[in-house]
Amino acid sequence: MHFKARAGEKLRDTRLQQALAKAQGKFVHTRAEAILELENFEAYRDAAASIRDRVIRDLDLYLEQFEKNASARGAVVHWAETAQDVNRIVCEIAELHGVRKAVKSKSMVSEECALNEALEAAGVEVVETDLGEYILQLAHEPPSHIVAPVVHKTKDEVSDLFEQKHKKPRKTGIPELCREAREVLRPHFLSADMGISGANFLIAETGSTLIVTNEGNGRLVTTMPRVHVAITGIEKVVPTLEDIATLLRLLPRSATGQAITNYVSINTGIKSRDDSDGPEHFHIVLVDAGRTKLLGGVMQSMLRCIRCGACMNHCPVYQNIGGHAYGWVYPGPMGSVLTPVYAGLENALDLPNASTFCGECAVVCPVKIPLPDLMRNLREQQTEQGLRSWQERLALKIWAWTALHPGIYAALSRIAARILKGMAGGGKLLHYLPGGHGWTDGRDLPAPEGRTFRELYRERRR
Amino acid sequence: MGRIRAALGKSAGRADREEIDAYISQHAAGPRPRAEWNLIARFRDRVLSLASSIDQVASASEVPQALARYLRENNLPLQAVCWPEFTQLDWTAQGMNVAARPAKGSDLVGITGAFCAIAETGTLVLLSGKESPPATSLLPETHIAVVRSTRIVKGMEEAWSLLRKEYPVMPRAVNFVSGPSRTADIEQTVTLGAHGPYRVHIILVD
Ligand code: SF4
Repeated sequence: MHFKARAGEKLRDTRLQQALAKAQGKFVHTRAEAILELENFEAYRDAAASIRDRVIRDLDLYLEQFEKNASARGAVVHWAETAQDVNRIVCEIAELHGVRKAVKSKSMVSEECALNEALEAAGVEVVETDLGEYILQLAHEPPSHIVAPVVHKTKDEVSDLFEQKHKKPRKTGIPELCREAREVLRPHFLSADMGISGANFLIAETGSTLIVTNEGNGRLVTTMPRVHVAITGIEKVVPTLEDIATLLRLLPRSATGQAITNYVSINTGIKSRDDSDGPEHFHIVLVDAGRTKLLGGVMQSMLRCIRCGACMNHCPVYQNIGGHAYGWVYPGPMGSVLTPVYAGLENALDLPNASTFCGECAVVCPVKIPLPDLMRNLREQQTEQGLRSWQERLALKIWAWTALHPGIYAALSRIAARILKGMAGGGKLLHYLPGGHGWTDGRDLPAPEGRTFRELYRERRR
Repeated sequence: MGRIRAALGKSAGRADREEIDAYISQHAAGPRPRAEWNLIARFRDRVLSLASSIDQVASASEVPQALARYLRENNLPLQAVCWPEFTQLDWTAQGMNVAARPAKGSDLVGITGAFCAIAETGTLVLLSGKESPPATSLLPETHIAVVRSTRIVKGMEEAWSLLRKEYPVMPRAVNFVSGPSRTADIEQTVTLGAHGPYRVHIILVD
């Protein structure tokens, strides 16, 4: 199903609409409060954008540094060109270490390549441990938001699901539901052979991976099992710990309105002989899967993204339809840019158009990605590659030609204004426009007064 | 790597290895909050806002008494595991049973120290190591952290400098802990106690 069809369906889903309305206000409000603490917020955004640009400009060299330092501490760095490569590499690691069970904390990149299915096919039991992701795994659904994956579900739906799957007395309070999940998941952490995590950042200076979590599952996943696999995009490198400090002042504030997440875990290498806990094997899988396509081109700034979700929290389109309508891992404005690039422009025709161009996403983005410009650029590429419908292209051609011929343009608009006035039949609003029902189905068009702007302008000047 | 290089190849302003090494070794800090905080007051304030609790004692020998009082007030067990540095304290006099070993899944109270603490965010910085097993601050439902007030630093940047000075090699795990574990996944309602501790209690030692 395409975006337009899915969007229509989501708009009619009243449960989803309630869940979205509840969440959105909270995200916008808490972010606004959290950034007030930092006087001169713009300076932080500038600094963050330039840290990210510095790395992307010399990504090869920073990755080299990272790999050198990570390997020196006993980690093994793997390079995955495609999503399939990620699955193959992780399955091989699982086989190498005789892994039967894996616990997983959130990793968007592993969603990109449907890793769980691949591991399960290889005979490895996979347990999602982030509460939201765990709920989705029980419900067999994909996430709908990169920070709050079950934002589309109400508490009652979760109660139903737990009762059915855990076969325990039904809980109705949120704290009781959380405790039940903790009790079900704790034994998995302690018995798993492998922990799979993402990485919010890679630190070139130290060869470390960094993850931020609130639930503490990220810490458990990287501490308890004997094998740790961190999977993340090649663009996540950051030069120094000081740069991390700058980015950490922005990421949680932009994401959830927290000054800092409950946990920031920086992992470097494998456990030493002295350590009482920590993994014996540490594998870091660095994923391209379309990212190099963004390098060196007009879309390069998209690689700055630190996956905070602020752009979708502030997006009027996302607010109305939720994340599933976008059809892939990344929803909202960042998804409208990433999905066409990673999954192919021809597979995401409507996405660069899923925007009102209000510009709010670019205003809130902590690393100053000009999201509306990038979407506009993708629209242009679609048109150039002949991916838009012939009607749309013909209409634009006619418009472009007439716009270059002012005399004809004036004459045509005079005629159009008068016809539209006639169609409104003396009323002020048009309820129907031939060929334009996508617009008029949901709203009315104010009818023209009958004369064009140019005519009025000429008259007033006299 | 080949593809990355090919894609970046001719773009303007590319650096070489030396420039990158130079940038990294500079450790340049970005913009920072300008306020001149009283570090202890700021730390205390932040800790409370993160839903942790905090107490202050004059010397390490007073820790067992303060802790026993906290545990009794909150109806928590007087049994705990601790980092080796606290074995010498007189726990039994307070009716407590404290074992110096890393925490297991069934332990309910874990006592740790901290490498340092960050005033800006009310954060504990914990390092992994033989003397500081990470599980102790993670598995039990209650995490008690004993922090020297002289080890409260202003921000992350000061914590990094201290780390570089005292640990020439990065410890395997550096964990920032800012309050009890929490989740807001169900209806964006914040609930304390997800996979980590339900409560964090900090005892400052002057
Ligand atoms: S594009 Fe910007 S606002 Fe959106 S998720 Fe990425 S960093 Fe956050």
